[in-house]
Parts: sequence; C-alpha cells; structure tokens
Amino acid sequence: MGRITLNKVVKRFGEVEVIPPLDLTIEDGEFTVFVGPSGCGKSTLLRLIAGLEDVSSGDITIDGTPATDLPPAKRGLAMVFQSYALYPHMSVRKNIAFPMKMAGLSQEEQEARIKKAADALNLTDYLDRRPGQLSGGQRQRVAIGRAIVREPSAFLFDEPLSNLDAALRVGMRLEISELHERLKTTMIYVTHDQVEAMTMADKIVVLRAGHIEQVGSPLELYRNPRNLFVAGFIGSPKMNLIPGAPAAKHDATHIGIRPEHFRIVESGGTFTGKVIVSEHLGSDTFFHVDVEGVEEAVTIRAGGEVGLRHGDKIHIEPEEGQIHRFDAQGLRIA
Amino acid sequence: MARAVTSQRKAINTAIAWTIGFLIFFPILWTILTSFKTEGTAIADPPVFLFFDWTLENYAVVQERSNYMRFLWNSVIIAGGSTLLGVIVAVPAAWAMAFVPSRRTKDILLWMLSTKMLPAVGVLYPIYLICIELGVLDNRAALVIILMLINLPIIVWMLYTYFREIPGEILEAARMDGASLRNEILYVLTPMAIPGIASTVLLNFILAWNEAFWTLNLTAVDAAPLTAFIASYSSPEGLFFAKLSAASTMAIAPILILGWFSQKQLVRGLTFGAVK
Repeated sequence: MGRITLNKVVKRFGEVEVIPPLDLTIEDGEFTVFVGPSGCGKSTLLRLIAGLEDVSSGDITIDGTPATDLPPAKRGLAMVFQSYALYPHMSVRKNIAFPMKMAGLSQEEQEARIKKAADALNLTDYLDRRPGQLSGGQRQRVAIGRAIVREPSAFLFDEPLSNLDAALRVGMRLEISELHERLKTTMIYVTHDQVEAMTMADKIVVLRAGHIEQVGSPLELYRNPRNLFVAGFIGSPKMNLIPGAPAAKHDATHIGIRPEHFRIVESGGTFTGKVIVSEHLGSDTFFHVDVEGVEEAVTIRAGGEVGLRHGDKIHIEPEEGQIHRFDAQGLRIA
Repeated sequence: MARAVTSQRKAINTAIAWTIGFLIFFPILWTILTSFKTEGTAIADPPVFLFFDWTLENYAVVQERSNYMRFLWNSVIIAGGSTLLGVIVAVPAAWAMAFVPSRRTKDILLWMLSTKMLPAVGVLYPIYLICIELGVLDNRAALVIILMLINLPIIVWMLYTYFREIPGEILEAARMDGASLRNEILYVLTPMAIPGIASTVLLNFILAWNEAFWTLNLTAVDAAPLTAFIASYSSPEGLFFAKLSAASTMAIAPILILGWFSQKQLVRGLTFGAVK
C-alpha cells in the first residue's frame, strides 16, 4: 500500500517560501510525475515526502500514518537519485544488500532478493563489480535494484534519467514503466522533461514556483490545459500561443493551437506566412513559419515528408475544435 | 596538444630540479654526515665533505649519556596521542560543517585558522602559568592536550575538505536505505573518507613530532620528547656539533622513515580535491 497525502504542506528556506501551502493526494499504485521548469520546487516536494527535508508546516500522511516527523528510514519509501548515489566502496551485490542489511534481513532472504532483482534488471553478471566499473545505465539499474529489494510502499525517483544519453534514456524509460506495470507500487517521479511525464505518468502534477498549476492524466493536460503555463509546458513541440487580433476573433486574449493541429492548405487559410526553418525527421516535418500579423514564429507539424523549403509561402488552417482559448488572466475559457 | 619540449630543454630542467632538490635536502644530509665525524673534523675549515674517518663514536656517546628510548617514547605518546585525540574531536566538527553548514560555517573555519596566525610565544606566559597552577608542567597528558589544540584547526580544515568531496546524496541514500546516523558514519562515510583521514593523521603526527616550541618550554625531564633530546646537545660553549648531529639524526630518523614510506599517501592527501 502506498497512498500519500500532503495536507497544507509549506516549505521555507529562511525567508523564502519555496512551497506555499500545498495539498495533494497520490493514490496507491499510481505513477505520478512532478513536472515543471527548474526551480519550480518539484525536487523539494519529493524530498519533503522522502523526509530528507523537514516541512515548515502542514503534514504528510503515508498509508494513513502520520509521517511528518518520521525520519526517512522509517517512512518505508525508496529513492533513486539523479546521481545514482551508489556506495562507491561496495560491490553491486553489497550496494543492493545494504538496505536489507540495515533492516536486519536474514542472509538467505537477502541472497534470494538480490538474485531476483539482478535477474529482473540484467545485473547478474555485474554483481561483484564496483559501481565505478559500470556504465551510466548499469549504475542506474543498480540504484533501482537497491530500491526494489526493500519492497517499499512507494518509489521516489529524482530525475533519474537526466545523466544518461538520449538513447539510453528512452530504454530506461521503458524499463521503469515496465517495472511499474509489474510491481504496481506507487511511484513518484520528478522530471523537467515533459516527454518523460507524458509517456510514463498515470497522473501529472505540473508545478511552477511551488504552486500546483494543474493535476491530471497526460491526455487531460494535453487536451484541456487549465492555463497558459500548462498549455505551453505540455506537448512537444510546444503549443503555439497567439495573442492579439487573431485571438480577439475568438473572444480571447490568447489562443493556443498545437503544431499538430494545423493543416497546410493550397490557398486561403486562416494564416499565411513564410517558412523560416524546416526540420525533416522523416516521419514528420516541422515548419517554423513567420506568419503575417503574429509576432512569434508559428510551429506546425506535417506528417511525413513535405517538400517546402526556407522562404516558401505557406497557407495554414487550424483544425476544427482544436483552438484553446485563454483570457487576460491566462486562464482557459471553457 | 602537449607543449613541445626539446630534449636539451628537458635535460636543463631536470638538472635545475635536482639542484634545487639537493639544496633543500642538504642541511639534513650535512647533519647526517657530521654525525659520523669526530668533533674536530666537524668544525674543520674548510669543511670536509665525504673523505674523513667515519666513526660511530658520537652515537655511542649519545647513547651512553642519555636515554634515547625514553625521549622516543615520549615523542610517540605526545605526537600520537595529540593526533588521535584531535581526529576524535575533529571528525564530528568537520562532519557538521561539511554536511549541515550554517551561514556562519565559513566564518568559523576562518576564525579557527586565524588562531594559527598568532605567534605561539604570545600565549606562552599564560599557558605556562596555567600549567604550574594545575601542576602539569613536564606532563605528557598536558602536552597531548596542548598540541592537540594547536593542530586542531588544521585537522578540522583537512577533514572538512575531504568530507566536502563526498556527495551528500550518497549519505542521503544511506538514510533512505534505513541507516541510522551511526551506521551511516560507520558503513558509508568512514570507508569513503579513509584516504583523507589517513593523510590527516599522518601529516598531524609529523607536525606534532616536530613541534619544538611547546615541547621545549613545557617539559624538563619526565615528559621531554626528542626535540628536548636534540636541544640538550646544543651547547654554546663546547665542541658538540658531531654529537648534536648524531642526536638530531636519531631524532629525525623515525619520522623520516615514516614519511618516506607514506609519501604517496601524503601527496595524495594534500592535493586531494585539487585534481579530479
């Protein structure tokens, strides 16, 4: 079981309030991702849950038990750090065994769990190596192994993939998702990468300056961003946010149209402009277009190969019902 | 690209380096050579370098006149005791400064170091009086404590530097893994800091071994270490250069041997953190 409740949690560093009063419930078995730009307080929030930082006020409950004043060791949570934080002087086997040794598990039980974790994480051949002799991906797997063997009520991941190269990151992303499918344990995952958030999460918590901007499933956030910040943050490439006259036509201060919700038309169209840059990915082509009457370049996605080049004239038309409207406060107009 | 160095240039540099090294080592070499001369040869003008009648007479006389082992034992107790005590006091202090720093940590560290800038003689009188008052003049335990206090800033600074190199996340991981503070220090911090602790111990042992101001001023007989042993052969009247050299050689031999065998550790310890 791993239901985690935060009730009016506040964190101050000296005079600075990094987390203003915040309420959040993470259901048992849920994969929750905290996402936001750097400095938004997502890591601090995770560390508060872990017990590595003390809350300034408010309380945290884990499985109905008050945990606010419990030390990290007593919370039954396991954490995977960005830097892996392996014990450099211990072999992989000893690293994985360490939490069990601290918990006083029998030698046989330790061996059995190490074997199971090593099998699951492809670490069997590396058990007697030191962390320094492993690649980044292997180290991260050891860190995950060390977390699994504790059989925690929840896993906490603090940007676990940001030290890996792009190819490995995709692989590890899948492994962590699979792990969640298999274990069905609560996972809280912190990242600044919205792609990770979208692909892995059951529930995304978008944070900015310690505030929760929106909580929802990836598709809820994608389809109905509550405000301009979420609209701009979720989705890649990001949503085109257009102010001024084009927005006024829709009785809004800003309108938002995702790159994938534009169609290229032969002539006419709502917007006309010139291609500044075209990015050909094979499966897709992205055009950055200098549109008449819109200050910022508009990004549009075209499926497959579309043969437009720099300087070509382009007519584009937003798809029916895919225009998000925002008011002067930046809030969504229903 | 590495800088191109011609072989001629290399040879010159090597020669210069050896010359400087030899000049630095020369006083010690001269002391050792003199210890094998007769008192007459020792003050010969012009000085004799290698070709003289080598004799062990001075060592025999020194052994006869004074109890070398007692001085040696005092040195071991005072240097070892003050180093050990210093580390025991400094580990928690450095731990706190490295891992739970406050706004004042940097100031405290600098303040501690500033005490090393005070000339020792400035506090000789009060400390001397305190020792008399407490009846601990010429007492090994008192010297252990005084030398510990004198070297403590250096011990704390060194340990602080080593601890700072240990990523806090690893200690946090240990905490998450269920380690108590005791287990965290025992199983995670200490094994990782052992090279640093070792070189700190080594350097401070050497510093305490060589310390002459306090050991000379606060001891007479019972607690006198090797520094006093050397000093007892320095006489303004007699011709005792050879004996003084023999005594000096005997006094520095143990620490010279220790230093020789641990030089790798020492250099690594002193440059720790400078190169990653």
